[in-house]
Amino acid sequence: MKLLLKGGRIVNPAEAYDQIADIMIENDRIIEIGKELNAAGAEVFDAQGLVVAPGLIDMHVHLREPGLEAKEDIASGTRAAAAGGFTTIACMPNTKPTVDSAIIVSGIVARAQAEGVVNVKVIGALSKGQEGKELSEIGDMILSGAVAISDDGSSLDNNLLLKTGMEYTSMFDCPVITHAEDGSLVEDGVMHEGAVSAMLGMKGRPAVAEDIAVARDIMLAEYTDSRLHIAHVSSKGAVELIRQAKKRGIKVTAEATPHHLTLTDEAVKTFDTSTKVNPPLRSADHVAAVVEGLHDGTLDAIATDHAPHAFEEKDMEYKQAPSGFTGMETALGVILTELYHTGKFTLLEIIERMSTAPATILGLPAGVLKVGEVADITIFDTDLEWVVDSKTFYTKGKHTPFDKKALKGKAVATIVSGKFVMQKGEVCK
Amino acid sequence: MSKRLISLRGKDILGLETMTVPEIELILKTAEEMKAVIDRDIKKVPTLRGKSIVNLFFEASTRTRTSFELAGKYLGADVVNIAASASSVTKGESLRDTLYTVEAMGVDVIVMRHSAEGAAQYAANVSKPVIVNAGDGAHEHPTQGLLDMFSIKEKKGNLAGLKVAIVGDIFHSRVARSDIWGLAKMGAEVHLAGPKTLMPKDIEQAGVYVHHKVEDALDGADVVNVLRIQRERQHKGLFPSAREYARIFGVNQTRLDLAKPDALIMHPGPMNRGLEISPDIAYGDQSVIQEQVKNGLAVRMAVLFLVLMGGKDIETTA
Repeated sequence: MKLLLKGGRIVNPAEAYDQIADIMIENDRIIEIGKELNAAGAEVFDAQGLVVAPGLIDMHVHLREPGLEAKEDIASGTRAAAAGGFTTIACMPNTKPTVDSAIIVSGIVARAQAEGVVNVKVIGALSKGQEGKELSEIGDMILSGAVAISDDGSSLDNNLLLKTGMEYTSMFDCPVITHAEDGSLVEDGVMHEGAVSAMLGMKGRPAVAEDIAVARDIMLAEYTDSRLHIAHVSSKGAVELIRQAKKRGIKVTAEATPHHLTLTDEAVKTFDTSTKVNPPLRSADHVAAVVEGLHDGTLDAIATDHAPHAFEEKDMEYKQAPSGFTGMETALGVILTELYHTGKFTLLEIIERMSTAPATILGLPAGVLKVGEVADITIFDTDLEWVVDSKTFYTKGKHTPFDKKALKGKAVATIVSGKFVMQKGEVCK
Repeated sequence: MSKRLISLRGKDILGLETMTVPEIELILKTAEEMKAVIDRDIKKVPTLRGKSIVNLFFEASTRTRTSFELAGKYLGADVVNIAASASSVTKGESLRDTLYTVEAMGVDVIVMRHSAEGAAQYAANVSKPVIVNAGDGAHEHPTQGLLDMFSIKEKKGNLAGLKVAIVGDIFHSRVARSDIWGLAKMGAEVHLAGPKTLMPKDIEQAGVYVHHKVEDALDGADVVNVLRIQRERQHKGLFPSAREYARIFGVNQTRLDLAKPDALIMHPGPMNRGLEISPDIAYGDQSVIQEQVKNGLAVRMAVLFLVLMGGKDIETTA
């Protein structure tokens, strides 16, 4: 079974390759990349005018299964991924029960193989039950396939636990991912603290809470000589701390979300709970710093922090609604619209941050287009204009701050292990 | 000057941030006429006969609820009070469903008090009756802002160019926020004073002056609006003690002497006498605190009348 992707613009950041060419796939592997390949015996996909890229990887997703299936499950979440152009996603451990043992890691992997349509990698919890008290069985989880360790959602205010967690995890050459917001400073805050919160009368989650947590996480990573990945960076102070840490050679990587790269706290003025997220949407100076950090390499990857909730949970007074919203089905469109079509980033830079970099951080054999490698490929149209309609989402979470936004750029086909899992926006199974 | 029809009929009254100057002027002018009704021997007029108003209060309130209730009744409307004391979450019924239930009974206006900022906006988004915000968390309390402006205008003739000091817990005060929006629109100069721990960060970006020495705010002021200090803020560690607050920020005669001799003293109530305000000035010649309550009733009558019965021609410069 051969598949020829013909005449597309191949954007392969690992080799700084950006040219019109063909890709031949046989079974699950790429067998040839070149100009004018012989189509004999192959199904042909006409990729003229389209971008052919290594499959996008979203390293920060909440799949909600097990236990929170009203928000999302593996079937709906992986379909949302395929629709958005993602071939691999990594899911966070704040489920019920928490992903804090090998059997749960294996269970999610098995469920994803049975129900899922894209590759699912599992992130294990740092502490048992994510309670911030005792280490979970980190080694056992990693040996069962966990690709990172995190207590995402909580900032781990216990410094000793984070230190030992980093020391222990570093033995397995696996990153610890932190959600950096100092707990006492954000306790009942619901939005960025600044001029907008001042006049809305809402409690703030100040940027300094993130700065303090990032500074601590970096210090502990340096002291324990371990790998640290900082999730959803949103403050200019955090960007600068990470920039300095990288200069000093500390093993730190970081991600930015589409929403922190493009939206400000002005969005909260609507009191729409689709704008509520942690860390919060910040003021324009912070947004500019995050964009600059992503551009100069301080921040390595783009990740969505896809965090679906049920309708009735978000249909609530602002301060009572849970934080988070969905992101996988809008991410590529938002990034192309706001970062590519504005001339701020090249396609090579965008694909590097949405595919190559997250693969490197998680140690996955992905994020490249290479003969002999598994054919995980995303094909997208940079010029396709569309309007976000959350009602059509595959994810169960219909809340997004991008609803009704006009976007330019969209995935038109997603290939996982040589097979189409999405074409023209329709997930294939 | 030209004549233009300004109408508030069917409009939600959510806050003063989104209200225009002609709309504010219309309400204040209508309130003057309403105030005359309050002093009549027989107060009830048939203007809103056949209209129904629900006071939907998710937070305890005596003066605001009573004020709205009497405002509706003096105008002849049927008024029902619902004390949904617990939050919608602990009560088990969602805010949407509570609103749908009230709406289904054919209510014309829902006057809503809620502890969550934005709850009034949410109500306006999901339900059909006119929503009048009677306070949403620390966000806005538009009728209080309007009655404060009415009280100032009544004594001073106008609002433009006046120096208005607002003293106390700005952070937790919906009154302060509605006052800031309204007074700024009407051309007054707003000076805030209070402990830094009770002052929202970056609020000077709203076009107000921020002071941490109460004397600086009171110096030459035409109006001094003193806000209530809730003792629970002390328990949360936002200021060390009531006696220290009274000593450093309490408004007393010595401090009031810094303001203009005819400066007005205002307070939205309920007062903590001896804490944020000394009794001698609360009951002194410059105090309009009692009058504010009466004006509140007049303003709420005006608001209910205007959202239900429409508008009228007023002079505008537009």
